[in-house]
Amino acid sequence: MTRLGGILVVLAAAAAVAAPFFLKPFGIFLLSTWAVLTIAVIGLNLTLGYAGQISLAQGAFVGIGAYTVALLTPAGVPFPLAFIAAGFLCFVIGWLLGYPALRVQHHYLAFVTLAFTTLVFLVLRNEEWLTNGIYGITGTARPNLLGWKTGGARDFYFLCLGTLALLSLATWWMLRSPWGRAFVALRENPVRALSLGLDTRRYTLMAFAIGSSLGGLAGALYAPLVQFIEPNSFSLGLSFNLLLMVIVGGSGNFFGPFVGTLIALLLPEWLRVTQGYYLIVYAAAVMVMMAFCPTGVLGLLERAVRALSRRKVTRAPALTGGAGP
Amino acid sequence: MASFIQLLVSGLATGAIYALIAVGFTLVWQTSQTINFAQGEFVMLPAFFVLAAMNSGAPFWLAAIIAIVLSALVLGILFKVVIVDPMLKYGVLPLVISTIALSLFLKESVKDFYSSQAQPFPTLVPAIDIHIFEAVVSTQSLAVLAVAIVTVGALKVLLDNTRLGRQMQATAQNATLARILGVPVRRMVLYTFLLNAVLVAVASILVSPIYLAKFTNGETLGIAAFIAAIIGGFNHVRGAILGGVILGVLDNLSAAYISSQYRGAFPLIILIVVILLRPQGLLGRVEERSV
Repeated sequence: MTRLGGILVVLAAAAAVAAPFFLKPFGIFLLSTWAVLTIAVIGLNLTLGYAGQISLAQGAFVGIGAYTVALLTPAGVPFPLAFIAAGFLCFVIGWLLGYPALRVQHHYLAFVTLAFTTLVFLVLRNEEWLTNGIYGITGTARPNLLGWKTGGARDFYFLCLGTLALLSLATWWMLRSPWGRAFVALRENPVRALSLGLDTRRYTLMAFAIGSSLGGLAGALYAPLVQFIEPNSFSLGLSFNLLLMVIVGGSGNFFGPFVGTLIALLLPEWLRVTQGYYLIVYAAAVMVMMAFCPTGVLGLLERAVRALSRRKVTRAPALTGGAGP
Repeated sequence: MASFIQLLVSGLATGAIYALIAVGFTLVWQTSQTINFAQGEFVMLPAFFVLAAMNSGAPFWLAAIIAIVLSALVLGILFKVVIVDPMLKYGVLPLVISTIALSLFLKESVKDFYSSQAQPFPTLVPAIDIHIFEAVVSTQSLAVLAVAIVTVGALKVLLDNTRLGRQMQATAQNATLARILGVPVRRMVLYTFLLNAVLVAVASILVSPIYLAKFTNGETLGIAAFIAAIIGGFNHVRGAILGGVILGVLDNLSAAYISSQYRGAFPLIILIVVILLRPQGLLGRVEERSV
């Protein structure tokens, strides 16, 4: 399974690098959106999949990150600095929001974060002196990094993909570190983690704050990607969609966000052939999927692989000594 | 002072509608642990049943009855059998996602198959302004209040003073114990879904003349219902009523006296304060649950 998984990851990475050379500009734009949103979904997966908290605030953090960059870069702040500022700001806000909100958990946290998202939307809409209200901010420049101009669609896609690769490696490393193992413990059995002396509340808070800052980093790339941001892009709808992407891929699964975001982004595009009805079909598809495989697409795959390997083991027990690969 | 009375009456009327929606929401949550994120769309839909029935020639009163029956079938039985039942065994989260998808489904269906425009909706009583002292109060607000009070009163009698209602309460409070005592738990759960469907249908008929019937109506109403339920106490029908009324009145007063731009923010701030200071709600009791 691990070797198969490794091959699949390498293949997927190769496909992600090669794809823009075969795609039209809109395809590249879609792929860049995928890379950007996957960062936010990885963050939400930490909160939901590992710490087990339903957050409806991830869209708001993407918005805060996007506005941070859209406001800082015209003021002369270099992009890398603005990018880090977006992540840091969201980490702090996430901490401040999570600190009291995690006193209450589960469905209550869902409502607190829902309220937070709506509040952020109202502030973005009403504080016109800062955010230009409903007219939004246009023309956030794509950065030049050490002489590399990322203005073109393909160049900017590689910037997004590179950032995604870096951040997912960092997350992978974090989850492997002794410190990150605590998150896994939190996911597997919070009561046991607590009784083993883990400060579960602190780790939950940490997961929420790190998840939020990943949302902010995604937003920091989103602003130069679409070059037009307005409050409506970051309303509750985005948070719902990000949550959906975590679940569709498989929450608590490291590779879930990559798959979930791809499906949730491409499915509506493919369904456009059904014209006005594509959102209806999409919503119905989500409901059917929830009813049949609530563990997401990867959960379904894992189940299939397990069933296959079990059959292989029973077929040749004498040769392998019963120990499957 | 005059404008204060006006605001108070219209706030009470909105609050009464919120209360109806919140009560249904709480009932369904209590008996089946379903957090219905589509509750707002449940309120949006029956208005279109009414309009469709009236388009095919039914008078308003008949259309209203048809709408209530239809919503009991679709939003009560169909919702429970097709969406909730198959998913209950997976826990709360997949069901939450599913109801989010359902809300999108209902909204888009109404938009594509009926209309994306706001539809005028018949009023219960002719709109006449009544002058009480110096305040101007519309008959519409009074009619809304009257219908909502009667509905809540009927619900209260049903829940507290009938065998059926007490069986439903027992199911809500402790399903296992209720089953041991011989309460047909499964049927009671179905009844709460039916009750919720009837309540949202009534709320829909009350709210649509004010906001007009539009496919996006559910967004604000759904959030209002959540907030009302939490303010009052998630595990209490009385709490949901109180929460709804408080929310409606505060919403109207704060929009008039503090800031209309941030109208939408006040309920949310109240929500956050209540959750932080008194997470069980104003009337709720602390829920004891294992992790």
